Amino acid sequence: MKHGVNVTALVVFVLFFVLVTVMGFLASRWRRSDNAQHLDEWGLGGRSFGTWVTWFLLGGDLYTAYTFIAVPAAVYGAGAAGFFAVPYTIIAYPLVFLFLPRLWSVARVHGYVTPADFVRGRYGSRGLSLAVALTGILATMPYIALQLVGIQAVLDTLGVGGGANSNWFVKDLPLFLAFAVLAAYTYSSGLRAPALIAFVKDTLVYIVIIVAVIYLPMRLGGYGHIFDTAAQKFSTVNPKTGKPVGAMVTPPNAQWAYATLGLGSALALFMYPHTVTGVLAAKSRNTVRRNMAILPAYSLMLGLLALLGFMAIAAGMGKGVKGYNAQLAVPQLFAGLFPDWFTGVAFAAIGIGALVPAAIMSIAAANLFTRNIYKEFLKPDATAAQETKVAKLASLLVKVGALAFVLGMDKQFAINLQLLGGLWILQTFVSIVGGLFTRWFHRWALLAGWAVGMVYGTWQTYGIASPATKHFGGNTAAIPGIGEIGFIGFTAFVLNLLVAVVLTLVLRAAKAPEGPDETTRADYTAEAAEPAATTTPEPAVA
Amino acid sequence: MSSEVQPSEDRTPPVVTAERVLAGLSLLVPIVALLWVSSYSKVKPELGGVPFFYWYQILWIPASALFTGAAYLLLNRDAKQRKAALVLGHAHADADADADAKAGEQL
Repeated sequence: MKHGVNVTALVVFVLFFVLVTVMGFLASRWRRSDNAQHLDEWGLGGRSFGTWVTWFLLGGDLYTAYTFIAVPAAVYGAGAAGFFAVPYTIIAYPLVFLFLPRLWSVARVHGYVTPADFVRGRYGSRGLSLAVALTGILATMPYIALQLVGIQAVLDTLGVGGGANSNWFVKDLPLFLAFAVLAAYTYSSGLRAPALIAFVKDTLVYIVIIVAVIYLPMRLGGYGHIFDTAAQKFSTVNPKTGKPVGAMVTPPNAQWAYATLGLGSALALFMYPHTVTGVLAAKSRNTVRRNMAILPAYSLMLGLLALLGFMAIAAGMGKGVKGYNAQLAVPQLFAGLFPDWFTGVAFAAIGIGALVPAAIMSIAAANLFTRNIYKEFLKPDATAAQETKVAKLASLLVKVGALAFVLGMDKQFAINLQLLGGLWILQTFVSIVGGLFTRWFHRWALLAGWAVGMVYGTWQTYGIASPATKHFGGNTAAIPGIGEIGFIGFTAFVLNLLVAVVLTLVLRAAKAPEGPDETTRADYTAEAAEPAATTTPEPAVA
Repeated sequence: MSSEVQPSEDRTPPVVTAERVLAGLSLLVPIVALLWVSSYSKVKPELGGVPFFYWYQILWIPASALFTGAAYLLLNRDAKQRKAALVLGHAHADADADADAKAGEQL
């Protein structure tokens, strides 16, 4: 490992950082509308993004810096089990193709900004809407914190982290600066800032990964050699557990876990507030549907990126280092094998890759707070301008919170919470997606199902220990009644659905009062905000 | 909210059309293929040194995009046909109204 500061790489990194900062502030002038005070402008970019802008924005949003660090780290550590991210992102798009256009349409007709807005309108239930909003904020916060972890990994490898024995202020100063700048332009430009920066981020990511999967194997003796070395590592037996440390393909007893992790994560992906924000910012229903067919281009990058975990093994990263932090495997692989200037480009891709999702996530969390807590419970008569003001302040608060979280608490805690976040957000699926297709479910039954899923999932995860942590040490456990190991979040989701169905039957039989539904059937297939304009009978040209 | 005018029953295309069924199948194929883990949990045959497990799943990424793209085109076609039927419905409805108004005149 190199010691000291990698100057060339650092200069390139800083140059890109300055570039996106300027873009972030200029973004407020991009496609500016006359109605700048409306929350739609700051929080959804004016709902005006076309196919390509949406593609860059969603790509920048879904494939985060933490993904770039964590996925190859998981493959580096365990082999095949870490590769589940690939089927996960493949399954996600055909799945969400079915319901996202409906969410877009109903949100456009009624002006919904958040998924909790929709739940409020559909079921007329403030309680259920609050549950969805709080789950969203809770799941997003640790996710933002992990973006910082991604930047930290890069800064450490660049040599500007100061190392373990420098004082905390010097150590965290660069991170502090990066986040202060991010907070400032998100505050002033809203969703337009990450949308514009996403162009830079995604272009860099594509370049870096394509270069990496061609150049690195040439340096490392070809793919055959890379996989042979990895196979050798994974077949060594861990003296503590008596089992091999990893596997090149999923063994039969791990296949349920692989499939349920993929499916559960895919169902959860578009329940996250920040992904919904990206979708609702699209300008038309077809923009959303088209993106489901072109977003897999990013999954391809992710699949190739995952292979970098094997390359890090072949390059001997962390070999023989006790308690090696696998998250440093890929940054160190880049720093070790790329020329310095290209290391700078690669690190800029990861660093900017943290800024884009962090900005969108904080905007999404701010939208949730503003619409579903502030306006709903604190100030029902808030004007659009007041909403925007509150949302901007909330976005600052969310980021400060995430920063405090990472600096003040154990990093492992943030990682645990993010794993739990995926489980939690999945519990809003029945209310949101169920509601997009049917009004059959009873609002109280949905709330009960949500509570059961949250409690069961959290409790089960709490009981799992790992070498790194005493509780919340993993996300798989035996599925009751089946006996196979599966994703706890998915088991919780099935329980959630069962409770919602059974209680709906009971409540309907008992004739419990249903809330008002402000949506109509045609809202779910509407093309634009003014349904009258699109469905006006065309002149009869017989 | 909506002021959509419903066409008369007999002119509405059925809920289940060939396009919709095919689109549904297109979306289902990648999901089933990837969830069937035991079908691809193997090392051989390798491709350029990469075990089957990895290149097979990576190959499914562009394949799934093609399937989703096909579903998109199929549903667009379906939507066009529905719209055409709707317009035709209005045309007929208008014509009927005309016919009522000017009773006795030829259509």
